[in-house]
Amino acid sequence: MDTAIRALSVNNISMNYANVSALKNVSFEVKRGELFGLIGPDGAGKTSLFRILTTLLLADSGTAMVDDLDVVTDYRAIRCRIGYMPGRFSLYQDLTVEENLAFFATVFNTSIKENYYLIEDIYKQIEPFKKRKAGQLSGGMKQKLALSCALIHKPSVLFLDEPTTGVDPVSRREFWGMLKKLKRQGITILVSTPYMDEATLCDRIALIQQGEILTIDTPDRITANFPRKLYAVESDNNYRTLMQLRENPAVLSVYSFGESLHVTLNEQLITENGHDFQLKEIEPSIEDCFIELLRK
Amino acid sequence: MVIRTDRLTKQFGNFRAVDEISFEVDRGEIFGFLGANGAGKTTAMRMLCGLSKPTSGIGMVAGYDIERQSEQVKRHIGYMSQKFSLYDDLRVWENIRLFAGIYGMKSAEIAQKTDEILSTLGFSAEKNTMVKELPLGWKQKLSFSVSIFHEPRIVFLDEPTGGVDPVTRRQFWELIYQAADRGITIFVTTHYMDEAEYCSRVSIMVDGKIEALDTPRRLKSTFSATSMDNVFIRLAGKAKRAGDN
Repeated sequence: MDTAIRALSVNNISMNYANVSALKNVSFEVKRGELFGLIGPDGAGKTSLFRILTTLLLADSGTAMVDDLDVVTDYRAIRCRIGYMPGRFSLYQDLTVEENLAFFATVFNTSIKENYYLIEDIYKQIEPFKKRKAGQLSGGMKQKLALSCALIHKPSVLFLDEPTTGVDPVSRREFWGMLKKLKRQGITILVSTPYMDEATLCDRIALIQQGEILTIDTPDRITANFPRKLYAVESDNNYRTLMQLRENPAVLSVYSFGESLHVTLNEQLITENGHDFQLKEIEPSIEDCFIELLRK
Repeated sequence: MVIRTDRLTKQFGNFRAVDEISFEVDRGEIFGFLGANGAGKTTAMRMLCGLSKPTSGIGMVAGYDIERQSEQVKRHIGYMSQKFSLYDDLRVWENIRLFAGIYGMKSAEIAQKTDEILSTLGFSAEKNTMVKELPLGWKQKLSFSVSIFHEPRIVFLDEPTGGVDPVTRRQFWELIYQAADRGITIFVTTHYMDEAEYCSRVSIMVDGKIEALDTPRRLKSTFSATSMDNVFIRLAGKAKRAGDN
């Protein structure tokens, strides 16, 4: 990728804790203005990667650049340019909403006024509570305050570590709406999530598990590359049907997906043996792809 | 009937966290307890577990009154949450022994059942492993098995699969089905809407009230929705309460 359009580059990063390997030779690049998602369960290495890119943790090996600055040698410059919202709420609980925001603005040598347009949509939702201590806010309001504080110095790259974990589907939808607006302001966003359904809201994604990237691409291309035909099977008792299908030698994989079961087949065997279940061919979701990649 | 509530209410000052909820849950049901953050789920669940007294209304859990017999309630239920499950610094068998002991099980019984459970889970080799060394998915499966080790009539699961990978999440639900088959009632909260489809019945709380309660299939037809995600967004999207817990 041309350095002019590259916001992030990660090259063969590895990280170990005692005898656990958190990241194994991870490499990827993120374009300027891109909304890039790291999708994977707890323990996949997402947070370690965020901490390395935000210059808070040194990798055991490999290099990483943010805005073409090296995370090791140029860490001071990087810190001025990025916004970071960690997974755990880490603002000052004893300061009010307003004081937290003013504090972050001051630390970055700016004022709330200067970049207010950037946070206005988000901040005005919590502004009625600006005299309240941050520790006494509800989860949703804390999230909005943390995002405002991460944005107040107009960062060029925004790092959001699991901003929607434990958040209900309605609030999650709202949050992704906010990210879309920020993207339009030209901010590059790296966001992690354990919710597979959020993957389709990103420009590109990396599916990550146990420190390894399983695949990187646009959500559309990942689902288009699903290696087999995928079928849905519906029945009155999905659990019993699941058990039956699992015993069937022609069934390669079968998993519950909401109201139906998703099945892949050995097409030759199924034609030879015949079957007595209703198959409907469907388009795979990112979650289907993740499961398929885990099976390998 | 394993749960029966009648106009169960919890008031904090002038804030009505739970507002006259009435519902029943049968033996062996998998009951999905959904709602937006701040809808009152946690407060309701704390009352049902005997941890918080109702302001008014009645609740019976496992045959005991949640107000006057809260100690009995605690003894006859199981509880597991994503946040707190097991002690990291104890070995697998020590965790089982600790929790089973708290529920008053006898040592010989505990020892025998420990081996049974570990072999069912395929964890026999991990008996002496420190819990902190287990992968999250294993921890959650073990934690669920520990929560029903004393064969409670009902188990409360508070977001049991948060952050777990998609394959392990499905294995976890198979454990839930097996427990329900044995007659243990499951009361579960989740933010994964596909999991709502796995429940026998689902309730959706909005602003302290139960706005809808039915089988996933009937909820979808009532709200002309294609998925439980749509049902949820239609109902919870109307919430007036700001923020959450």
